[in-house]
Amino acid sequence: MSTVERSGHEPFIRMSKRGEMLPAGKAWGIRVLGFFLSLVVSGVVIIAISGLNPAAVFATMATGAFGSAKTSWVTIRDAMTLLCIAVGLAPAFKMRFWNIGAEGQILVGGIATAACMIYLKALPAPLLMLVMILASMIAGGLWGFFPGLFKARWNTNETLFTLMMNYIAIQLTSFFVATWENPYGSNSVGIINMQKKQGWLPNLFSQGYNGDYGWNVVIVLLVTLVMYLYMNHSKHGYEIAVIGDSENTARYAGIRVNRAYVRTIVLSGAICGLAGFVAVSGASHTISTSTAGGRGFTAIIVAWLAQFNSVVMIIFSFLLVVLQKGAQAIASAYNLSQEVSQIMTGIILFFLLGSEFFVNYTIHFRGKKVAS
Amino acid sequence: MKKYLALFLALVMTLALVACGSGNSGATSAPSTDSSTTTTTPAASGSTDAAPAASSGLKVGAILVGDENEGYTYAHIEGIRKAMSAAGLSDSDVVWFYNIPENEECYDKCIEAIQQGCNLVITNSYSHQQFAELAASEHPEVEVVAMTGDTALKSGLPNFHNAFNMTFESRYVSGIVAGMKLKELMDAGTVTDPYIGYVGAFPYAEVVSGYTGFFLGIQSIVPTAHMDVQYTNSWFDLQAEAQTAEALMARGCVIIGQHADSTGAPSAVQSAKDNGATVYSVGYNIDMLSVAPTAALTSSTNDWSVFYTYLFNTAKNGGTISTDWSEGYETGAVAITPLGPEVAAGTAEAVAAAEAAIKAGTLHVFDTKTFTVGGEEVTSALTFDSDGDWTNDTNEGIVDGYYHESEYISAPSFSLRIDGITELN
Repeated sequence: MSTVERSGHEPFIRMSKRGEMLPAGKAWGIRVLGFFLSLVVSGVVIIAISGLNPAAVFATMATGAFGSAKTSWVTIRDAMTLLCIAVGLAPAFKMRFWNIGAEGQILVGGIATAACMIYLKALPAPLLMLVMILASMIAGGLWGFFPGLFKARWNTNETLFTLMMNYIAIQLTSFFVATWENPYGSNSVGIINMQKKQGWLPNLFSQGYNGDYGWNVVIVLLVTLVMYLYMNHSKHGYEIAVIGDSENTARYAGIRVNRAYVRTIVLSGAICGLAGFVAVSGASHTISTSTAGGRGFTAIIVAWLAQFNSVVMIIFSFLLVVLQKGAQAIASAYNLSQEVSQIMTGIILFFLLGSEFFVNYTIHFRGKKVAS
Repeated sequence: MKKYLALFLALVMTLALVACGSGNSGATSAPSTDSSTTTTTPAASGSTDAAPAASSGLKVGAILVGDENEGYTYAHIEGIRKAMSAAGLSDSDVVWFYNIPENEECYDKCIEAIQQGCNLVITNSYSHQQFAELAASEHPEVEVVAMTGDTALKSGLPNFHNAFNMTFESRYVSGIVAGMKLKELMDAGTVTDPYIGYVGAFPYAEVVSGYTGFFLGIQSIVPTAHMDVQYTNSWFDLQAEAQTAEALMARGCVIIGQHADSTGAPSAVQSAKDNGATVYSVGYNIDMLSVAPTAALTSSTNDWSVFYTYLFNTAKNGGTISTDWSEGYETGAVAITPLGPEVAAGTAEAVAAAEAAIKAGTLHVFDTKTFTVGGEEVTSALTFDSDGDWTNDTNEGIVDGYYHESEYISAPSFSLRIDGITELN
């Protein structure tokens, strides 16, 4: 290839991988630029198909996400749940262990939480909370343990294995929904403990429930912080990074790779299970097959966009949730169909993922000397 | 740095080009030509910052599972709009929430509506109900209506209500239309086996009640008719409904009924008919003649404006809203859509006679003399059993020789599997 280029037939434009990483400032500059360009393109699309003023549309989106204290809390709550899942996925993905099974891990965590709410409601509230947290993490961890063990023992494909575990979790959820359904024949569990609200994550700043979601924030941010420290300042975190770069190097360095696989995927599953607890006890107070609602997959985007840095994930989980809430708000306010808002979300994600290309690759135009 | 500048300029120029192009077309054709993408003109009136109208004192929050591109929700939007003009509500008296899933987001939107000043909140999908009930229990000052729900009576909350049309009546009448066609085909010798197929959404009482009403309508014309029901396990799935209709036609069904919200089944029936098969379709919710111009006979449909008008007027005048509201032909809450071009001769008369008899109360759809279960006439049936203990929460279902559908609880509760109907899955 390179000889052809030098022989005078250089293409007008070509790309090559950057020799060294861009400095963080420049990389973030590209991403921010990408984000603003995506807003411009979405604005153009809005004008083209609806004739609305894009500034008003963006303002409505902002109102949809942060218009009142209530909507702001809901946005924060949903961002926190997404963040928790992304934080759970990060160690597995950084190790190049493709955990596609967050969806299932959330569901089994949710089932464990709902079971505690139904059967252990006589326990005192703080103890019940603790039991629910532990139960959800054990359930999620177990859902990660099997694919991890099989990968370590028999080198099975973890992508397929974790994906298939999702279907088992969905069927399991259906089973428990049928077991706990209320009213009978409705095929839904209904709000659990609607009267006395046992096992509901309480408000942090005000009396009662559902007024604010402060505890969701506290729990998830704590997990995020601990994960950041674990990944960046612990031996395990270092092992994960080395395995992710090269499994053979890790082996050569004396890292027990199989043990690290199982340990990391159990941790990953446990945190996703905890996200199930946050979703059930802290938000929906019920369980259904849509409790995970595709967030197990959306969180993969969050984790990748943030380069597995759990603190940076806060930004991206907020971005995705704000986009979703804003999209819904414009659909309702301007009678636009849901698809229009999905197009906008698609454009913004396209640009964000596209900026990663420019972060990692550089473009050469014909006639310019390539800087070495 | 020059590279970036060049790149950036190139991008900006491309964008400017696109922007200019669309700007021109937008200026000339802004008001109406965007109908291909969305069917409405952008209405600024629905914006959330509109001042609460002091005129009526009633502000409604409508929390809908879909938008107007989806037939079921479209029917509700139409009903609410009609009722708004009937009850004298202005655009600023209604706050719309579209595409709200059946999860905690429904609760969030209930609260959001209440905080925006709504004193009446409506949700339109079955599993919205639990979240609506939670909001109702927290806000006793606000009236909450969970359409098609069934827990209002049991909840004991005075501000929480359910409502459902007596759709089984219009299904019975649509069955008469199908029965007349079936009889015509059999008299002509084109069809020998009166075999009907039914595309059902879920094996819930609502669907069972509907297909049984449809089937009894057919049997009132063709007593030897028999029917197979296949479920898609989705309320709206174009492809699955089309495939299910195809499977039923492959088994030999000549009439395809449906209780699912898409146009999948009628479209599939039309294309089979175009290829020479003798098959007809009976739809639901909307007139199917646009997708099945010759195959569609009629559709059973709901006019939700009857309920919404009652609701808005009662709430406006400070009256007590019924805990369980259910009405049918008597007040025009249900109907069938215009008859298709190939219906049998005399169909309009038969339909008019049945409608008159239902209105007069002389014809009961679930008359126990017209059907059997296990070969025997039924004398007792569950109405509503929310705890699954096989005893009635309310009254005995069968009194005076017929099943009292939707009388004690508005949601359909007829769930007997009668002879002549087979559920395939």
